[in-house]
Amino acid sequence: MSDHKPTGIKRWLFTTNHKDIGTLYLWFAFTMFLVGGAMAMIIRAELMQPGMQVVDPLFFNSMTTMHGLIMVFGAVMPAMVGFANWMVPMMIGAPDMALPRMNNWSFWILPFAGTMLVSTLFMEGGGPAFGWTFYAPLSTTFAPKSTDFFIFAVHMLGFSSIMGAINIIATILNMRAPGMTLMKMPLFVWTWLITAFLLIAVMPVLAGAVTMMLTDRNFGTSFFSAAGGGDPVLFQHVFWFFGHPEVYIMILPAFGIVSQIIPTFARKQLFGYASMVYATAAIAFLSFIVWAHHMFTVGMPVAAELYFTYATVMIAVPTAVKVFNWTATMWKGAMTFETPMLWAVAFVFLFTIGGFTGLMLGVAPADFQYHDTYFVVAHFHYVLVTGAVFAIIAGVYYWLPKWTGNMYDEKLGKLHFWLSTISVNVLFFPQHFLGLAGMPRRIPDYAIQFAEFNFMSSLGGFAFGLSQLLFLFIVIKCIKGGEKATDKVWDNPEGLEWTVPSPAPYHTFETAPQIK
Amino acid sequence: MSTGNNSQLESNQRVTRFLLVVVVVMFCFGFALAPMYEALCKAFGINGRFVEIEQGVYDADKAMQQVKADRDRQVTVQFTASRNQNLQWEFRPMETSVVVYPGEVREVKYYAKNLTGKTVVAQAVPSVSPGQAAKYFNKIECFCFTQQTFKPGEAKEMPLRFVVDGKLPKKISTLTLAYTFFDTDQAGTKSKAQVDTVLRVAHNAK
Repeated sequence: MSDHKPTGIKRWLFTTNHKDIGTLYLWFAFTMFLVGGAMAMIIRAELMQPGMQVVDPLFFNSMTTMHGLIMVFGAVMPAMVGFANWMVPMMIGAPDMALPRMNNWSFWILPFAGTMLVSTLFMEGGGPAFGWTFYAPLSTTFAPKSTDFFIFAVHMLGFSSIMGAINIIATILNMRAPGMTLMKMPLFVWTWLITAFLLIAVMPVLAGAVTMMLTDRNFGTSFFSAAGGGDPVLFQHVFWFFGHPEVYIMILPAFGIVSQIIPTFARKQLFGYASMVYATAAIAFLSFIVWAHHMFTVGMPVAAELYFTYATVMIAVPTAVKVFNWTATMWKGAMTFETPMLWAVAFVFLFTIGGFTGLMLGVAPADFQYHDTYFVVAHFHYVLVTGAVFAIIAGVYYWLPKWTGNMYDEKLGKLHFWLSTISVNVLFFPQHFLGLAGMPRRIPDYAIQFAEFNFMSSLGGFAFGLSQLLFLFIVIKCIKGGEKATDKVWDNPEGLEWTVPSPAPYHTFETAPQIK
Repeated sequence: MSTGNNSQLESNQRVTRFLLVVVVVMFCFGFALAPMYEALCKAFGINGRFVEIEQGVYDADKAMQQVKADRDRQVTVQFTASRNQNLQWEFRPMETSVVVYPGEVREVKYYAKNLTGKTVVAQAVPSVSPGQAAKYFNKIECFCFTQQTFKPGEAKEMPLRFVVDGKLPKKISTLTLAYTFFDTDQAGTKSKAQVDTVLRVAHNAK
């Protein structure tokens, strides 16, 4: 009975199995990653040379908007939920998620929301072109009709995330194997518990923001219209009250993945487990009280600028604790550099670069200079691409043998790593210089003094994009076959997921293990 | 699937119920940010919002007696006007800029003409830049205090009397007063809340 499951399309449509749903999430995320990536290629093609050559400005603006939305809501977040589905029950010794039917529903909303979002590009007047932050009044008074579909897509994505988060919290709080106290949970489980609470707290606020947009656009309210007694700056406050925790929603699970991988390949226990947990919680708390650093230039009183500067810079403390702990875990470890470890080490190094530029942006008077330039673009791509996306790729390589029962091709994996890591730096590092020299973001053309760095950046972009097709090939090759993986896969890794056979059977831990 | 016993099911339901309540509360909180934002802006006199405590302090006679012009410094006051995009109007200040002494009572006029073929009731909404200066700009008499009725094609010169408070911070030497005019009937057919908001803003501006 243990491996009984429906076959064909029905298996995937009706499944309540956490592993199936995890797989669905990960494939959806990868598909959206390629779609969003294709849009990035269009952006880089247009910016390869000064002047207008590939697309018209409106379409360019739609591309920057949709690229951001798809990567945030379609790629990174679903990929992290996919990991949670696959790994959380296996890591805490639970047979499945706490609410399996809702789990099915929260996934199957996604393809519809994603399709609706992408379909706006083909509507009259074009897709949303106001940037992924959809500031009013651009997104209310001056937006195309398709914006209403965008709003519904965001509502659906929000429903999906909220249901996923409820499920993850219920699973972690109620379904841990006997003896698995909270402070014995693997760090990935901890980071996801905290992330899920962030989701519960801020996704409804985003839903509120887009609902206000909807009524402003169609039902005569004036939340964001000064003429009717509202205020467009209010939109920015509401948006970033959601938006800042959102960036931690994307990065905290990445911290968790890396905290699983580094101890395995350093052959040491994670340094400072408890401080990692407290640092994660501290980052989550601080994320709620720093939102206005995204909008220093709206004209705040000096006192507010000071407050948001200090609060923002304070986040560096718990983040530094984490970076210190990862480094200390590697210190004097018997390190080997299999593919997952390469990605994890690159994560620590490159994410820290993104963290430092974040500090620069967090200081109000400096931010006036950097605001809305390519410096900001470079900053958040370092934390999101070489941060969140690198951690996701590291996690895929780390657990792929457990999922498929086969080892991936180590040579190709390393090739994928080096191609990606070199090209991603060619892609994003010059953007720091462009931004500091004053090149604004979200503009399809630029002054000719920016030409060389943009050319470099575009070449890096194309190389990075193509490298990810290699990733697709490696994953498919691994699913089709390869060297059989052992149950432990790696050299003495820690965690319950390594006590089950490879590939992990359809049902695991139907009798809960005892944790000593 | 028999994943657990009844107590597990119960605790799952309890957690889910609690989290759903949090979701609903946070959704409402998103909307509550709007009035909270307005209240905070008013309390601190930021972002061009007017401060309520000024209400009633400057009725015309009292203002005339109390204020003594500060002849040591001058402040430039600029005037702009804009229409809500649906409104077919001519609307402009008759002087775009005046130089005043703090404490001095000045009168300027705005010109408005209804270009439509029907009677329109319009409401002007004021805003002062820089935002920190809003609480030092006192309007003694203003066409924005009440709704203005315009017959088809009717034109009016509308007075505005104001005093710049002597407590205006020294670093501010230029103020800009912006008016947006919009059609209350049109708003009324859309939403009563909008009109209420407008009236509240106008009221607080007194």
